[in-house]
Amino acid sequence: MFHMRDKELSKLITRNLKNMNLNIQVMHVCGTHQDTIVKFGLDSIFNECGVKIIQGPGCPVCVTTPEEIETGIKLAENGVTIATFGDMVRVPGAKKSLQAVKAGGGDIRIVYGINEAVELAEKFDREGNGKEVVFMAVGFETTAPATAAVLLRELPENFSVVSCHRYIPPALVRILGMGEIALDGIIDPGHVSVIIGAKAYEEISRQYGIPQVIAGFEPIDVMMAVWMIAKQVEEGRGEVENEYTRCVAYEGNEKALKMLDEVFEPGDAKWRGFSVIERSKMVLRKKFDDFNAEKKFEDILAEMEGMEFKEPPGCRCGEVLRGLIPPAECPLFGKACNPAHPVGPCMVSVEGACNIEYRYKND
Amino acid sequence: MCLAIPGKVLSIDGNTAKIDYGEGTVRNADISLVDASVGDYVIVHAGFAIQILDAKEAKETLKIFREIIEEDNA
Ligand code: SF4
Repeated sequence: MFHMRDKELSKLITRNLKNMNLNIQVMHVCGTHQDTIVKFGLDSIFNECGVKIIQGPGCPVCVTTPEEIETGIKLAENGVTIATFGDMVRVPGAKKSLQAVKAGGGDIRIVYGINEAVELAEKFDREGNGKEVVFMAVGFETTAPATAAVLLRELPENFSVVSCHRYIPPALVRILGMGEIALDGIIDPGHVSVIIGAKAYEEISRQYGIPQVIAGFEPIDVMMAVWMIAKQVEEGRGEVENEYTRCVAYEGNEKALKMLDEVFEPGDAKWRGFSVIERSKMVLRKKFDDFNAEKKFEDILAEMEGMEFKEPPGCRCGEVLRGLIPPAECPLFGKACNPAHPVGPCMVSVEGACNIEYRYKND
Repeated sequence: MCLAIPGKVLSIDGNTAKIDYGEGTVRNADISLVDASVGDYVIVHAGFAIQILDAKEAKETLKIFREIIEEDNA
């Protein structure tokens, strides 16, 4: 659609990076960025330039907790139809995954987006079969506006949502605040930024003095973003810059932001690999209780009380998500754990660091 | 999941627009999150257009990058 490849320019950027004699560590938080980086071998190019690049908690399915997955499992086991994205059905809850529930006769539907889930509920409603449809809504600010827009419409009574939506900036603050990993810069996720705008990151750079660059998803976008970060490091700056100007405005998408605010309010929540992150989850506002599955099916979900949730034995997703280890450092990587038999969510999801690493480096 | 792809708005019917993704791929998307008009380029994620793309900026991106890098080398 638009021509975005330029080999010669890539070489020019690489040469410039090399001349800078860098030794920096940069984090991004987006599966789609990781895909570009690994697919086009940018990780080794950056390595040669003294830039280590790490995927942090940028995989919505990966950071969703087993408790949240179990909510869907409990509902499905009680005859509710669960509609969600493909990656969600293979991640285990307390003991099993939604896929296992499906194999046992549960009604689990993989949908491409929330509209398909609503259509299914409408169909059930017309047929008068009395079935309930629950959409397991995962995703960051990129995905959540669709959920908000739909909840602001007239909906069939048999439709409701489990919100697992999360805000990205609080996770960045947590990573920087924990200080487990030394970072010289952050590549901000382009399509989250489409919604929240460059302004959403400014406070973070002010507080931590860290360079941030919003980047698109072509190889040239990521290369340019790394160069812009390197430039900031060299000049001792720590500010928010926007490389993805063709899609990201300073204010973001104000229409979408307004809808988000109308439907959700920030709540504290655990992320896989992290303890509770304050104000990081999009919780449905009270006026949407009728469409909030966690309220609607309170009685069924009360059975989850006292349940214990453990990470899959041996899985080091938590450390992968905090950027502490690369996938290959997990002893199970490529052995007991592979995309056909994933042990943890970072191998299940196509946005997980383990899955991406395996797909492009082991095939 | 945060994958979003650009397409051109061919026609609009309420909240739904026909989007041309090129190479003969035409699909519907929900445009309630943007104020799009026919002829606009939008980026679509999970069935929803999430922003109108600045086509002029997109066409000049490589040129602008080159200028920035060359200026740095000057
Ligand atoms: S390789 Fe598998 S087991 Fe190891 S961290 Fe990744 S998902 Fe978990």
